[in-house]
Amino acid sequence: MSETSVSAAGIDLHARQVRKFRLQDRFFHHSTQLFAFVVLAALAGILVSLTIEAWPSLEAFGPSFLWTNIWSVPDDEYGALAAIYGTVVTSVLALLIAVPISFGIALFLTETCPVWLRRPLGTAIELLAGIPSIVYGIWGLFVFAPLFADHIQPPLQALLGDVPVIGSWFSGPPIGVGILTASIVLSLMVIPFVASVMRDVFETVPHVLKESAYGMGCTTWEVMRNIVLPYTRVGVIGGIMLGLGRALGETMAVTFVIGNANRINGSLFAPGTSIASTLANEFGEADPGLHIASLFALGLVLFIITFVVLAISRWLISRSMGREGL
Amino acid sequence: MRTFNKLVQAAAAAVLGLAYSAGALAADITGAGATFPYAIYTKWAEAYQSETGNKVNYQGIGSSGGVKQIRAKTVDFAGSDAPVKDSILDAAGLIQVPVVMGGVTIVVNVPGIASGALKLDGVTAANIFRGAITKWNDPAIAKLNPGIKLPDMAITVSHRSDGSGTTYVFTHYLAKQSADFKREVGAGNTVNWPRNAVGGKGNPGVAANVQKIRGSIGYVDIADAMQNKMIFVALKNRAGNYIVPSQQAVADAAANADFKVKGMAPDLLDQTHKNAWPITSATYILVYEKGGNAAKQKSVVDFFTWSLNKGQKMAADLGFVALPPNVAKMVEAEMKKIR
Repeated sequence: MSETSVSAAGIDLHARQVRKFRLQDRFFHHSTQLFAFVVLAALAGILVSLTIEAWPSLEAFGPSFLWTNIWSVPDDEYGALAAIYGTVVTSVLALLIAVPISFGIALFLTETCPVWLRRPLGTAIELLAGIPSIVYGIWGLFVFAPLFADHIQPPLQALLGDVPVIGSWFSGPPIGVGILTASIVLSLMVIPFVASVMRDVFETVPHVLKESAYGMGCTTWEVMRNIVLPYTRVGVIGGIMLGLGRALGETMAVTFVIGNANRINGSLFAPGTSIASTLANEFGEADPGLHIASLFALGLVLFIITFVVLAISRWLISRSMGREGL
Repeated sequence: MRTFNKLVQAAAAAVLGLAYSAGALAADITGAGATFPYAIYTKWAEAYQSETGNKVNYQGIGSSGGVKQIRAKTVDFAGSDAPVKDSILDAAGLIQVPVVMGGVTIVVNVPGIASGALKLDGVTAANIFRGAITKWNDPAIAKLNPGIKLPDMAITVSHRSDGSGTTYVFTHYLAKQSADFKREVGAGNTVNWPRNAVGGKGNPGVAANVQKIRGSIGYVDIADAMQNKMIFVALKNRAGNYIVPSQQAVADAAANADFKVKGMAPDLLDQTHKNAWPITSATYILVYEKGGNAAKQKSVVDFFTWSLNKGQKMAADLGFVALPPNVAKMVEAEMKKIR
């Protein structure tokens, strides 16, 4: 008699505990879900508020805002082309410089670097990523730009100035600041990101695969080209896109060295502007009305560009994953 | 990770700020607006607080932002580099008074040219800054500078990339000198600079560009130009004299100006005094004539009355120029209207 009552109480206790755990689980699930949706809500909120604030400009200029090459505050006429051009050109150039260098760094660190050097070198690269962007900007303006104007621009002009087409990229007075300077400073800022992602993914390649290739007599380059790169393609693309994302949105460093001229000049030595730097420059004293609305519209354009870049990288990654059968 | 750290810092600052304002007394005042006088307003606020215990908080958010804030009644006073139109002052019931003056100077980096050696007049300066004169050995410059050897070097115009009261004052001066400048470049906080122009962020950015780029010409406020030991240009004033910028020359510009106009904002550009520096301006504050909170209104008046009397030495140390004594008296009288 007493035995049955004890066991019934035990079952009861057990059921209560299960209920409690289930409740806890549900609570946990819902609260984490809430956190995740907060991100989504913030994203939608940013998009909506940008659109609302930009509306007067979108209404006044329509889609031609995107391809109009004019940014005139006194005439109250705005178009985003010069800023889009500067943003895209500096980011792409920065990646053209940064990706091969980052690849070299990652290759060296994972394949040919003496073991004792790996940690200090790796830490140094990660430290480079932690430097605030304004420090890069100040360094770029006060140290790099004068060096560039005195010792790099004149020889480049002498070397390439007479070559058709390419020569015009290097025309104009060597003033140090400009599109190319911004690209180079950006590439320095992007390298640590791309390099450390590449190093991390290169390290995930199973030793068996590499050793078998070396065993068959492959050179380091052949192993890199035929084993490591195909194995890590997804991660490498991800790292490059991470760098591109950073380059597109970089503000302070670019503002310091791009020269801040709201126009398109074919030369890479000429000053230009980017979306982020225009925002940083003009927001503080922008006049209410079309000027501020157009700045919001520029922000919206940057948002969309970044979104498209991310979407493309996702697509690239999923495509190559599908092909690899992963 | 860094963004996260920034967020944490911002949150901490916000929490501290809230706690701070919650503990503050009614007489503490807040102002916002022009960035040009930010340095002196905060310096005054510090000294004023240590002397009287009253807190003054000024945020440099830009002149137009300041005017917006005072009209939304979120601040107790606004700072503005550009005087507000009489009609707006009347409609809103605002009182506007000047507080300190400053000057904008033209600085250059031309090999072989010492400070104050190069002479320019307003029209030539306007033609340089609108990109019509592109070489240093242009006949128009050479004519004003007999005996100086000017190099065959391209001119690079260095300007503020951020919207700024300095640009506002400078372009209004050049627009007065040349209709072409007004049409092509315009006058305002942000304007259309010519093809040979480079933008630098803030006065330090322009100063750096001028110092690094050979053949460049730019404009910065007097305080920054002196701190950076830059090469000044002697500019021809209305009286026909070539003036090298100094605090005295700025003060002289106010001597013949009539501050009795509504809003106490006479045009200080290109004044008639024989030693006047042509590119002179004042910075203004805006306060409601009849405010909602009498204690705060009184605190604003007390703070600026103190500044006009005891703060002028500090202003001079920072490169600003004090109002002439008679004008300071007028400002004090005008502020008596504030209730």
